[in-house]
Amino acid sequence: MALIELIELRKSYRLGELVVPVLKGVSLQVEQGELVALMGASGSGKSTLMNILGCLDRPTSGQYWLDGREISQLSADQRAMLRNSKLGFVFQNFNLLPRTSALDNVAMPLSYGEANISEREARQRAQEMLALVGLQDRVHHEPNQLSGGQQQRVAIARSLVNRPQVLLADEPTGNLDSKTSEDILSLFQKLNQHGGITIILVTHDPMVARHARRTIHIHDGLVVEGAYAAEGNAACQEPAPEATL
Amino acid sequence: MNTLRTTGTALKALRRNPMRALLTTLGIVIGVGAVIAMMEIGSGSSAALQDAISSMGANVLMIQPGTASSGGISFGAGSVTTLTPGDAEALAKQCPALRGVAPEVRARTQVVYGNRNWVPSWMTGTTPVYLEVANWSMAEGDFFTERDVLAANKVCVLGQTVVRELFQGESPIGKEIRVKNVSFRVVGVLVSKGANMMGMDQDDILLAPWTTLKYRVTGSTLTTANQSAAASTASGADTSGAINTLSKIYPGQASLYPERSAAQLADNPMPVRFENIDRMMAAAKDAASVPAAIDQITSVLRERHRIRPGDPADFNIRDMTEMTKTLASTSNLMTNLLLSVAMISLLVGGVGIMNIMLVSVTERTREIGLRMAVGARGRDILRQFLVEAVLLCLLGGAMGIIFGHGGSKLVQAVLGWPVATSPGAIAASVLVAASVGIVFGFYPAWRASRLDPIEALRYE
Repeated sequence: MALIELIELRKSYRLGELVVPVLKGVSLQVEQGELVALMGASGSGKSTLMNILGCLDRPTSGQYWLDGREISQLSADQRAMLRNSKLGFVFQNFNLLPRTSALDNVAMPLSYGEANISEREARQRAQEMLALVGLQDRVHHEPNQLSGGQQQRVAIARSLVNRPQVLLADEPTGNLDSKTSEDILSLFQKLNQHGGITIILVTHDPMVARHARRTIHIHDGLVVEGAYAAEGNAACQEPAPEATL
Repeated sequence: MNTLRTTGTALKALRRNPMRALLTTLGIVIGVGAVIAMMEIGSGSSAALQDAISSMGANVLMIQPGTASSGGISFGAGSVTTLTPGDAEALAKQCPALRGVAPEVRARTQVVYGNRNWVPSWMTGTTPVYLEVANWSMAEGDFFTERDVLAANKVCVLGQTVVRELFQGESPIGKEIRVKNVSFRVVGVLVSKGANMMGMDQDDILLAPWTTLKYRVTGSTLTTANQSAAASTASGADTSGAINTLSKIYPGQASLYPERSAAQLADNPMPVRFENIDRMMAAAKDAASVPAAIDQITSVLRERHRIRPGDPADFNIRDMTEMTKTLASTSNLMTNLLLSVAMISLLVGGVGIMNIMLVSVTERTREIGLRMAVGARGRDILRQFLVEAVLLCLLGGAMGIIFGHGGSKLVQAVLGWPVATSPGAIAASVLVAASVGIVFGFYPAWRASRLDPIEALRYE
């Protein structure tokens, strides 16, 4: 069974009287250990899909199976626990706590875990994660003392600290220059290949999507898997990356 | 997430913005500091005030003989002589609520020194315990002793007014003054006490052993109206008549009764109290034990005077009810005043905390979103912000205690005001500071916990 399976997932928002459908029946599967790029123009519903995949939001209808469990109707607290144990998030703007050391930033999610990890153990684990992303000598630096790439590495270390099965990266290179982007993306690839972590990259940039082994295109609330979504998408002017299905 | 780690997180969050945390707590610091300082200075002043009022005689009880009445005509308070020095000694021994009992014999007559004379408002015969009971002290010389009382020595102690009137700057110690042609040696001078509550000069006083005043000075005592005593001593052929001045009140008065023979006197001695005193002054241990003291005095005296239950007592006790009430209401008023001031400043401090916590929640919306994204539940966020607010208040409270205590010590050092450390106020301040944190921190924390993680993460 696939690690992630979405079946006929729909999401609509209410704007007063008006019901605006955003996802119109998305079905897709992501296997354990995949590195998937989720592409789509703005307004295509990829952020909404991302939020639902990240258990931050609930679908209006449809099913979401994560690791053999149907989770679309869980309560907010249950979803919080799920996010803590199974999912890791990497954001475009890093979202590090200001004036807080890299170590504390990385250790932060551990304090919300169910298993009561001691302070020492937490620091130990955070240190390991920082070493994993190559920042073992920046442990006590605060975010404003780190470059953008380094900050994103800290964010990645933070997302990994709870040993999640799935890493969700929302435009992880959006705020970085191309050189640093390249570094970060190869870090993702490394984590995927050596760590066996399932990674979903959300992006509008085909250059980024190229690093993924498979690209899922979202267009107007529907999955157009492997297809070339041409119309009105400036970012997709060059040939679509090979979809390795 | 356990409380210890939440506290750690909260501390780290506060440390990210130390200046703001400091300014936020300023309200609490000032509030608690003001409470502590006021409580300490207030309780010091209150203690001093109580001492002062006590020294004015709030704890003093006057025990007076009862009223004589004949055929429905009352002769007024003190018209019978029912109190004896023995009563005073018994009261001092048997009433644990009393600090001391001083008998008083009063006279009013002229005092002469050299070419000057003066009539003191008070000329009181008493025992050395008077000094303690009246809360008085000596400016010069010594008080007369128990031995002087027993021997009826002709010594006296003067108040400042008498000294001024008679001696005019001269030192009176060791000088002889004449009281009704009896020569008294001045052994001491009392410190000035000023006017009493009725505006009478308390320094206009002459104190002497009660035996001396009673037996040697032929002054008119308060018992002038006591016809029966006069009659009995006049009629009595006992030896004490020679020294009992009472017999000289109505000299030459014809006896109303036939003389009794020596055999009659021996067989049936007259039950006359020669050693009566005009009144007693008793001091309770403090103003609070006055009611207990009254009870004890009543029971002891009723027993000594063999008054049956239900019969009216032959004495009455006057306390300074008005003064005691004033004392109680003064300290009540003071406490309430301080409390309301404290409440206002803490309220203001609390509003400041709420304000800053709201700002903090808004400012840290992204952080809240992030924490939620990595698995924090609503109640984790609630707890984190609540702990932060409480921590702010407690830190402010601790600083306030230090500042308040330091301030009161400073006041003590600089202004010399009396200060009393009050652990109760410190404990109460800590408690109040914590509850201010909870009350005013709850709303911002609740708002933070209700944020939608998606919205929060997108917040700019």
